Amino acid sequence: MSAAVTEAPGDVLLDVRGLRTWFPIRRGLFRKTVGHVRAVDGVDLQVRPGRTLALVGESGCGKTTVGRSILGLEQAQAGEVWFEGTDLRALGPAELRAHRKDVQIVFQDPMASLDPRMRVRDIVAEGMHSFEIGADSAERTERVSEALTRVRLDPDAMWRYPHEFSGGQRQRIGIARALAVEPRLLICDEAVSALDVSIQAQILNLLAELQRELGLAYLFITHDLSVVRYLAHDVAVMYLGQIVEQGPSERIFTSPRHPYTQGLLAAVPSVDPSVRGAEPVVLGDVPSPAAPPAGCRFHTRCRQVMARCREEAPPLFPLSPEADGTSRCFLEDAS
Amino acid sequence: MTRVLTVEGLTTSFPDGKDRLRVVDGVDLHLDTGETLALVGESGCGKSMTALSIMRLVPRPGRADARVARFESADGTKELLDLPVPAMRRVRGAGISMIFQEPMTSLNPVARVGRQVVEAIRLHEKVSAAGARDRTLELFRLAGIPDPAARFEAYPHQLSGGLKQRVMIAMALCTRPQVLIADEPTTALDVTIQAQILELLRDLQRELGTAILLITHDLGVVNELADRVAVMYGGRIVEQGGREDVLARPTHPYTEGLLRSMPARSQPGEPLPEIAGVVPPPHTWPPGCRFASRCPRVLDPCAGAPPDWVTVRPGHTVACLAVAQDRVAS
Repeated sequence: MSAAVTEAPGDVLLDVRGLRTWFPIRRGLFRKTVGHVRAVDGVDLQVRPGRTLALVGESGCGKTTVGRSILGLEQAQAGEVWFEGTDLRALGPAELRAHRKDVQIVFQDPMASLDPRMRVRDIVAEGMHSFEIGADSAERTERVSEALTRVRLDPDAMWRYPHEFSGGQRQRIGIARALAVEPRLLICDEAVSALDVSIQAQILNLLAELQRELGLAYLFITHDLSVVRYLAHDVAVMYLGQIVEQGPSERIFTSPRHPYTQGLLAAVPSVDPSVRGAEPVVLGDVPSPAAPPAGCRFHTRCRQVMARCREEAPPLFPLSPEADGTSRCFLEDAS
Repeated sequence: MTRVLTVEGLTTSFPDGKDRLRVVDGVDLHLDTGETLALVGESGCGKSMTALSIMRLVPRPGRADARVARFESADGTKELLDLPVPAMRRVRGAGISMIFQEPMTSLNPVARVGRQVVEAIRLHEKVSAAGARDRTLELFRLAGIPDPAARFEAYPHQLSGGLKQRVMIAMALCTRPQVLIADEPTTALDVTIQAQILELLRDLQRELGTAILLITHDLGVVNELADRVAVMYGGRIVEQGGREDVLARPTHPYTEGLLRSMPARSQPGEPLPEIAGVVPPPHTWPPGCRFASRCPRVLDPCAGAPPDWVTVRPGHTVACLAVAQDRVAS
């Protein structure tokens, strides 16, 4: 494993611009395309080295597709994915391969993402084969042992199969697999969402530790806002394929600006017994991403909707320097 | 308030070689009209199995036994575990209803949702088709379903997750049951939809006086809905008390650890206090306290025999030897 990397806080490790991933809806005998699910519809985001950006939103908002499009697991139609000065989307397959190891992913369900017929050693070593890391089998085994130790598993675990482990241990194996190729950025897609609270705490502590020790950056994709508050430096809130608000975590949680962010935070039930009454501020259901509402996509559920919101699509307005960040809402339109 | 449900010494077991594995082991609980008791715990603690045992829906070859499983129905006292099958069927749905985490699996995918509710009503009561239809539309309105007449004709797949759960709630309440068992009713829903469903359950309870047994792993949901809380670990209840007492003054080392390990209660940047280890599987449970192997306050005799209940304040009890010793010492 490489030593901790230190970089100036202004640096950007991953810079996504104008990312668009639409899925065709096909009907009929000739599978004619009759429309598109606009899963990701013009997303910009930046992840700084050694920092955590949380991408939050409810089911169907497109957050998972953003992660998968960055990795090339989904084919984006437009946009740029700059990683350390290289646009990954502009690269051919061979060149992409050289950069692919820098960005790894950890999935929600460790049971579904670990091959049940492979021993842990081979699961963790698989990426090393792909990226030709390690001279021979013995060296790879040595690296697997290191990776397992890093995630606080007994190295002897490498000779066992995934089903022999608990959910939390399986998630550690998933993290070890990602770490084995020494990435710079880890995309965690709901990585702790399926775990019980007491196990979730263990994995969150592990992720924080790895960030400190290895200087890893995280793109943390989740719907769980209490986890976000605890671990993210920056937050981007997504709604129907677009970022609606972005800013430092501290500010987003203390003074959210976009009505959707405000509603999302108000809906989270508190565990403080003196605070009761999570408020259903955001009413109704999310509209279909195949036919997002005209104007502001949130206007159908917004309490502060104005005439303009139904006609015009708001851009991301920069917030005041104190507020720091951006909000896709005409309430911020100073002109 | 009147008692509607009393359970004492509930044990649910599955055959395991020559022995039986007890996944629920001596659970006591009670429920009064109009109140909500939350049964909370992590996966595998036995909370859902407790609910299924009360409903007599434990999958074979499992078996539920209890000293008392008494339900005060509108037409007299019923011992649920001794009831003949047809009588139990009448209790299910009419006296005690249940809603589940995943509404899609509980709705018939090839029938219109309105018809499914009508069917449920007419199964339990003699009403005309038109009367049942009117009642269904009224229930849909009560359950906050927009445009009830149009939704009446919809198939389940045409409804969103939140709307399906509203239909399930309407169906569960269509016969005005005294008890509603809600097993993770909002776990599959987004937070904005969860907030709507929690408000709906609160409003309906106020209106109908239904007692709710809420099964959940989410302490936030507990705080929103519960009057009383029972914390389960390893097939047993380990702490029981009023919502504020348990959440603000958790006393069992497990409850304490659980609350402390929540990101919502911690400062960003500081390590989360973990509970060491993992929940042990049922066949490794010691005869004594099931939390002994992970407990920071474990004493020599803990794993030997089940701890007695200690009352720490009125209505707040804890099954823990260490807590019992504190009480003696002070």
